[in-house]
Amino acid sequence: MVGILEDKDRIFTNLYGLQDWTLEGAKKRGCWNATGDMLALGRDWIITNVKNSGLRGRGGAGFSTGLKWSFMPKEVKEDRPHYLVVNADESEPGTCKDREIMRHDPQLLIEGCLIACFAMQAHACYIYLRGEYVLERERMEAAVKQAYEARLIGKNNVHGWDLDIYIHHGAGAYICGEETALLESLEGKKGQPRLKPPFPAGAGLYGMPTTVNNVESIAVVGTILRRGAEWFAGFGRPNNTGTKIMSISGHVNRPCNVEEAMSIPLKQLLEEHCGGVRGGWDNLKAVIPGGSSVPLITREMSETALMDFDSLREMRSGLGTAAVIVMDQSTDLVKAIARISYFYKHESCGQCTPCREGTGWMWRVLERMAIGEADPSEIDLLLDVAGQVEGHTICALGDAAAWPVQGLIRHFRHEIEERIANYRNARANFAGHAIAAE
Amino acid sequence: MPVAKVNGVETEFEPGMTVLQVAERAGEEIPRFCYHERLSIAGNCRMCLVEVKPGPPKPQASCALPAAEGQEIFTNTPMVEKARKGVMEFLLINHPLDCPICDQGGECDLQDQAMGYGRDASRYDENKRAVEEKNMGPTIKTFMTRCIQCTRCVRFITEVAGVPDIGMISRGESAEITTYLEQSIDSELSGNVNDLCPVGALTHRPWQYHYRPWELKKTETIDVMDALGSNIRADARGAEVMRVLPRVNEDINEEWLSDKSRYAVDGLTRRRLDQPYVRENGRLRPASWSEALGVVADRLTAAPADRIGVIAGDLQDAESMKATLDLFRALGSANTDCRQDGMAVGGEAREGWLFNSGVAGIEQADVVLLIGTNPRVEAPLLNARLRKGWLSGDTRILSIGEAADLTYEVEHLGAGAKTLSKLPKAATDALKNAERPAIVVGAGAIAGANGAAVLNAIGALAKKVGVVKDGWNGFNVLHTAAGRVAGLDMGFTPADGGLDVAGMVKPGALDVLFLLGADEVDTTGSDAFRVYLGSHGDRGAHGADVILPGAAYTEKPGIYVNTEGRVQMAERVVFPKGEAKEDWAIIRALSERVGHTLPYDSLDQLRQRLMGDHPTFGRIDYLVPAAAFDVGALGKKGDPGEGEFRSPILDPYLTNPIARASATMAELSAQRVTPVAMAAE
Repeated sequence: MVGILEDKDRIFTNLYGLQDWTLEGAKKRGCWNATGDMLALGRDWIITNVKNSGLRGRGGAGFSTGLKWSFMPKEVKEDRPHYLVVNADESEPGTCKDREIMRHDPQLLIEGCLIACFAMQAHACYIYLRGEYVLERERMEAAVKQAYEARLIGKNNVHGWDLDIYIHHGAGAYICGEETALLESLEGKKGQPRLKPPFPAGAGLYGMPTTVNNVESIAVVGTILRRGAEWFAGFGRPNNTGTKIMSISGHVNRPCNVEEAMSIPLKQLLEEHCGGVRGGWDNLKAVIPGGSSVPLITREMSETALMDFDSLREMRSGLGTAAVIVMDQSTDLVKAIARISYFYKHESCGQCTPCREGTGWMWRVLERMAIGEADPSEIDLLLDVAGQVEGHTICALGDAAAWPVQGLIRHFRHEIEERIANYRNARANFAGHAIAAE
Repeated sequence: MPVAKVNGVETEFEPGMTVLQVAERAGEEIPRFCYHERLSIAGNCRMCLVEVKPGPPKPQASCALPAAEGQEIFTNTPMVEKARKGVMEFLLINHPLDCPICDQGGECDLQDQAMGYGRDASRYDENKRAVEEKNMGPTIKTFMTRCIQCTRCVRFITEVAGVPDIGMISRGESAEITTYLEQSIDSELSGNVNDLCPVGALTHRPWQYHYRPWELKKTETIDVMDALGSNIRADARGAEVMRVLPRVNEDINEEWLSDKSRYAVDGLTRRRLDQPYVRENGRLRPASWSEALGVVADRLTAAPADRIGVIAGDLQDAESMKATLDLFRALGSANTDCRQDGMAVGGEAREGWLFNSGVAGIEQADVVLLIGTNPRVEAPLLNARLRKGWLSGDTRILSIGEAADLTYEVEHLGAGAKTLSKLPKAATDALKNAERPAIVVGAGAIAGANGAAVLNAIGALAKKVGVVKDGWNGFNVLHTAAGRVAGLDMGFTPADGGLDVAGMVKPGALDVLFLLGADEVDTTGSDAFRVYLGSHGDRGAHGADVILPGAAYTEKPGIYVNTEGRVQMAERVVFPKGEAKEDWAIIRALSERVGHTLPYDSLDQLRQRLMGDHPTFGRIDYLVPAAAFDVGALGKKGDPGEGEFRSPILDPYLTNPIARASATMAELSAQRVTPVAMAAE
């Protein structure tokens, strides 16, 4: 067997699209099985079981899904409808897990929507798709249509809980993946994060109680309830339970998406599912373990890293979306991080000061550092600027922009220094040179 | 009340307050750029960061964080200091270093706070961002490179002014504040964004490069451009009023000011009357005071008492009106009127011509019926109040008269008197069932031949639906002239058998017509000897036989009574131009010449007399709660006719001689999109 998770325990049994994606095919794989019975057990049962399963949000922040659901008001007040919004604005560089779910297992997501909406007493669910996901939108629309036709959802459906699902196509802004910016965008406004509090559970979409969940968090719920919270909680380490789709890209022999048990050692993940690092493990230079926004880790750390929230946090990185970006010795790390910095500079919404001004500053300094045209003192300046952005902004984009830079300087400061020294050595009359010599 | 600790000091606060407000209450100053207490909270400048326990181990934006019982707020820890310095550095890296040539210099929030949180030298070696200037119309000069994207202007224009003309486009570093299509802002409150801008990105275009703030002498006074009596501060350099800014008065203008009140001041230096003139052989020639007053006195004494009359203008102060009224009554004339627009009010109970609910009180009304008035052009700040009430969802607004875009939803019932007599049942029911119904009557409805009858019909309606009740008087007359209510209060209306404005200007009606700053009435038909006392060479002066140069509102101390009946004192900012004198003093001098010397030698004595005769003038700055009165008895019974109600203001930027002399107002007027032009397209 490859990896830890056995085939019988996979939730996304059609992850690679080898089988039929339609409702008929999904039903054969067990989707929509006993959904009505689960609803019959009541809201509390659902929420308790989701909590007990230890499911943590799969969008990156890792907040307990069951707990999030329990924040919704217990009673639906008049003129205050509840909403479920599914965040399918998957734009984090390196991440491509939701894409596969929506392409190949859309019914799991729709079933999860029904269960979640029932648990939170919502009759309307919005799925906000990333602007670039055109095929996925068509697939989702077709799948929703099939579910309506089979009366699995809609008014007077067989489950006895009216639910309308709307597919909304974004316009392609990364920031709209932030939950409150997503709500703004959904309301037809410019996608800019809102101030919190109030949190969406109190005042979300159109000011109504709203829960925003990641596609994967919702799609796994049906199977968790069918097989039991204990089954799901049986994978991984305590507090980091369940299975998770991991997207591995970069310098491995076989980049892939794979559903694995949480807490699988990173090395095992790369060796067994991806055919190992290009040129062998020793050729590994660094790994970004959770999508572009988390700090990178070195090869030495990768030896012992487990793919879960806690292990990676101890290494001052994070699991994020479990999008592993592997970089071998051929990688120009400074340039790579400069490119990531450019991405955040380009995607900053411009609303609040530190992110608007800081992302551009960091990118410009990094671009110069990538060719060595910088002063060694600027490394500390860069670290300082990153610290001035991190934790000072309205949303987490500021943090996401600062972390990769901090990771680079923390682990590969010597490379930047070397780069600067090489640049200066190649220029005999370099002004900085003379100063250094004095 | 809940208690929080600010830097260790226990502070009580009202539930619902933010951390910033609690800290201010404890006396801690919190730096801020985007936060403004009258606008929604944006929380985007990040300057107001504080440390809060319990809470995450990072600084929090205090402007947006609700305070909680037992919270510990720290405003001076190293973490806070570092965070604010970081934000300040970010704000400055792309801000140009052009303070020496920036109009905001000296009163710039960024400049001030950079003193506290800025570094001595920049660490930013990259190129600075430059942003193109935007066209925002004649009132706003933009230097968008200086913009720090606080979005105060966006929020003001959308929320208070109610026109969605400014917004932020693009994102990240490229984010720009703009008017989308590069057009003028279609708002009569646009100048306020220049006040709100914490940096020099938006500055006052009419005053661009005219002054530095520390050169100006600042005088607190009262505005006369509309009947609200907005509180202003007029800043002068030498003999010239350089600018007018709003003062805070929660009951009237909050802290806003309309564009006309603000930018018409350049009219104070143009077309001024600076010496007396006498007409000789059809041409006006300069004359001495003595000669001019002599000519006027001769004419006044020669004419029979019922053949002389006086019309008081819109911008007139109470003192000069009182002196003039006393003089003409002494001469035995009954022909006195201050109602240039011909509104059929005056004479009865004072409540019959006041805005009884109060300017601030109109926000409390749940249903408002506008009759023959367009508050957006007649009193822009009152319109902002109505919009505020409407925004909060508590005020429903109905209207009879011209259908106009008032920046909020108005249920338009009809165009004129016909609608008034046959009001739909839904509308009367709405008023009847309202807890605090209000009717706002404008000159458009009650001026003209049928005015009294229309007023009577409105009074009857008001009585029927219960607009005046215990603890609430919602009968409101919206005047357009700053001097009007004072005139009505002192009885500057025709005495028994006297002529009104329309009667006085008729051919052959009078031998001598005295125009006390009256420029809005057409006297070309009159064949009387016309005397004009006023500040500007405008319509009144053009046809005059003698011109007596008076003082504009910034050049004399004076009492004004606003449309709600609030008595306010204006101060002298600069001295009158040339040989011009204060109006009351001219009348006092004239009274000696005609042999009816007025019994006061100083302004104080005149004021004593005014307050003695009319005690309402003694209640300075104080609004007497409106008493109940018989609203049904207003006006005269008669046929209201079928005429359509039209606001007397054809061009809101050109309503008085000062505004007509102002280049800025001319520009604004030309920019204005007239409904006629739209229809023709």
